[in-house]
Amino acid sequence: MNILDFLVPSSVALHYEAGDSKDVITHLGKCLFDAGYVRETFVDAALDRESRLPTGLPLSGDFNAAIPHTEVEHVLKPGLAMATLSAPVTFQNMVSPEEAVPCRLVFVMALDQPKAQIEMLQEIAGILQNPDVIQRLMQAKDFDEVRTTFSSDRS
Amino acid sequence: MSMRKTILVACGTAVATSTVVAKSIEEILRDRGIDVVTRQCKASEVASMTSGVDLIVTTTPLQGNLGVPVIQTLAFLTGMGKEAVIEQIIQALKV
Repeated sequence: MNILDFLVPSSVALHYEAGDSKDVITHLGKCLFDAGYVRETFVDAALDRESRLPTGLPLSGDFNAAIPHTEVEHVLKPGLAMATLSAPVTFQNMVSPEEAVPCRLVFVMALDQPKAQIEMLQEIAGILQNPDVIQRLMQAKDFDEVRTTFSSDRS
Repeated sequence: MSMRKTILVACGTAVATSTVVAKSIEEILRDRGIDVVTRQCKASEVASMTSGVDLIVTTTPLQGNLGVPVIQTLAFLTGMGKEAVIEQIIQALKV
């Protein structure tokens, strides 16, 4: 399995200029909706879940990440959206929600069954634990460079 | 010989995160010869799921005194501090 098996090319936004976390979630959620992966309710559900159960993850390297997602009923088929941000936006820390995490990498996961598509999050976790891959990802200018980055990541 | 230990793994919605954490814990502990089974649930269900559980590992905050040791960690997602958390888990299981 590779993250490219899940990533929806039309739902990848590079150097996206986001006003705030809601902006990124809304943008990526709409991309997934336009591509037929999620229901119309997905964006609101993802925003609501993020406010109750935040997904910010502080990482060891220069960049932090967030992994917004929803309950399964808002999803039509499994897929993954991704944004690299030109400037950080604030997410709250998953394990300590009172703590703000400035994030420049956002993965929005569309998961259609509980405990399924675990490989998707496993692949994301593998990337989050690899600062070199994140560094290259943050510099990617187009989807081809994203593909190259993930293709060469066989860690 | 060690007794099989049960770890309850909790996350926000029990859609993906707890499964990834549970698999990771099982693999790492089994590699160290520690026999564990994991169960998964939403953070909001934890209080009703503690029967027979030796340890709770959670990626989201849990409310109240659950009568079972709790470890809150993102290490199995981000890799940060993973070794220390594994030691903490082994200590908590008293294996």
